Amino acid sequence: MMTPMVELKGLRKVFGRLEVLRGIDMSVDKGQILSLIGPSGSGKSTLLRSVNLLETPTGGEVWLDGTRVNADLKGLAYERHVNGLRREMQMVFQQFNLFPHLTVMQNLTIGPMKLLGLSKAEAEARGEELLCKVGLAEKALAYPARLSGGQKQRVAIARALAMRPKVMLFDEVTSALDPELVDEVNAVMKDLAAEHITMLIVTHEMRFAAEVTDWAVFMDEGMVVEEGPPDRLFSDPEHPRTRSFLRKHLGA
Amino acid sequence: MDLDLIMRTTQFLGEAALMTLALTAGSLVLGILAAGAIVVARLSRWTAVRALVAAYVSVMRGTPLLVQLFVLYFGGPQIGLTLSPFAAGVVTFGLNIAAYMSEGLRGAILSVDKGQTEAARTLGFGRLATMFHFILPQCAALMIRSLGVNAVILIKGTALISTIGVVDLTYSAQRIMTSSSQPFEVFGIAAAYYMLIVFGLTRIMRLAERRFALPDEARA
Repeated sequence: MMTPMVELKGLRKVFGRLEVLRGIDMSVDKGQILSLIGPSGSGKSTLLRSVNLLETPTGGEVWLDGTRVNADLKGLAYERHVNGLRREMQMVFQQFNLFPHLTVMQNLTIGPMKLLGLSKAEAEARGEELLCKVGLAEKALAYPARLSGGQKQRVAIARALAMRPKVMLFDEVTSALDPELVDEVNAVMKDLAAEHITMLIVTHEMRFAAEVTDWAVFMDEGMVVEEGPPDRLFSDPEHPRTRSFLRKHLGA
Repeated sequence: MDLDLIMRTTQFLGEAALMTLALTAGSLVLGILAAGAIVVARLSRWTAVRALVAAYVSVMRGTPLLVQLFVLYFGGPQIGLTLSPFAAGVVTFGLNIAAYMSEGLRGAILSVDKGQTEAARTLGFGRLATMFHFILPQCAALMIRSLGVNAVILIKGTALISTIGVVDLTYSAQRIMTSSSQPFEVFGIAAAYYMLIVFGLTRIMRLAERRFALPDEARA
C-alpha cells in the first residue's frame, strides 16, 4: 500500500477551554485534491494550520509522506525538524501575507535562495517561470502594494510553488477577494489541480470544490461528519447536518 | 544684557557642552545595546526570563532617574561597586533609557502584521531568520523614530549628573551664575546648547529613519 502524503491520526486541538478539533483521522494520497468544507468555527482552518504546525496540536499525530511532523522532540531540535518539514508543505493564506518590503520577484526568490540554496539566477529563473504560469510575468519588479487582491493571491500561490512543496495548503484563499477577482485565482488553482499536485483546500465555494477536488470532507464542531467524492457528497449527503449546511450554501 | 558676560559664558559652556555630549554618547550606546538585549529577552520563549525583564522595565520606568543615579553612585560603594561620577552617569542613564527604548522597539516589532511571521515560518524560515529578513526590515524606520524620541529625553536627563559634581552644561552654568549673579543669560545659553545637541541628534536620526524607510512604491 502506498504511504499517504498527509495523514492525521486522532488530531486534537484545544484553545483554552474550547476544543476546536476533537480527534480527526484523515488521509490524503499523493496527487489527491481534497476540499474541507463546513460552517465557520467548524475547525477546518485550524486543521489546515495544524498540518504545517502553525498551530501546535494538543494531541494526535501529523504525518507528511512517512515522516512524523509533530515529532517528539524538544527545543531547538524540534524547531529544526519543523522548519525543514514546513518547506515541503506550503500554505496560501486568506490575507495573502506577501512581504511588502520585497518586490514580487524577491517574494518568490527569498525562500529558494535562503532555504534551498539556489543561486540568484536559478531562483529567478524559477520565479519567472512561475510568474508566467500565474499570468503575472510583467509584475516581477512591482511591489505587492501596487497589485490588486487577485494579483496578490496569484503571487502568493507562485511564492508557495517556488519552494517545490509536496503539498499545497489553501486556507480560504478567495474569501478576502472582491467577487470579480475570484475567478482568476480559481483558474490558477484549477491549473494546479490538472497537474495533480497534492492539495488541501479549505473553501466556502461549493461549486469550486465540486468542480476541482476529488474528495470532499464535511466538518462540523471539530469533527469529520461525512466525506466522499464531491459529486456524491453534494448531491446525496447522508447526514442531516451535511444536508442542512449544503442546502444553505449550494443555493447561494 | 551684559555682552561681555555672554561671550565668556558661551565659550566656557562650550567645553561643558562637550562633556554633556560625551555623557550622552556613552549613555546612548549603552542604552541601545541594553535595549536590544531587553527586547530579545522579552521575546524569549522562557517565561521566567520574560518576567524578569518586564520587572526590570517597570522598576526603571517607575522610579525617579535622580534616585537611580544616587542608588548607584552613593549606594554602589556599599556593595563594592565604586564608580567615577561620569561612569555612574553613563550606566544609570544608559540602563534607564534602555527600559524606555526597549518598549519602543518591542512596539515596532509588534506593529508588523502577524501574517508576516506566519508566511515566513511557513516558507521554512526559523525564528531568528524571520526576524532578520522579514520583521526588522519592515519596522526599522519606526524603531529609529522611537529611539530618536528617547535619545532626546536622554540628553535632557543628563543634566542630573550635575548633582554629583560632573562638570557638564548644567553644573558649569550654576558655577558661572553664582559668580556673575545673572542667571537669565547664563542658563539661557546653557539651554541653547542643549537645543543645539538635540537638534543635531534629531537630524541624524531623521536621516537614519529615511535610510531605512520602505521605498514609496512599496507603501500601500
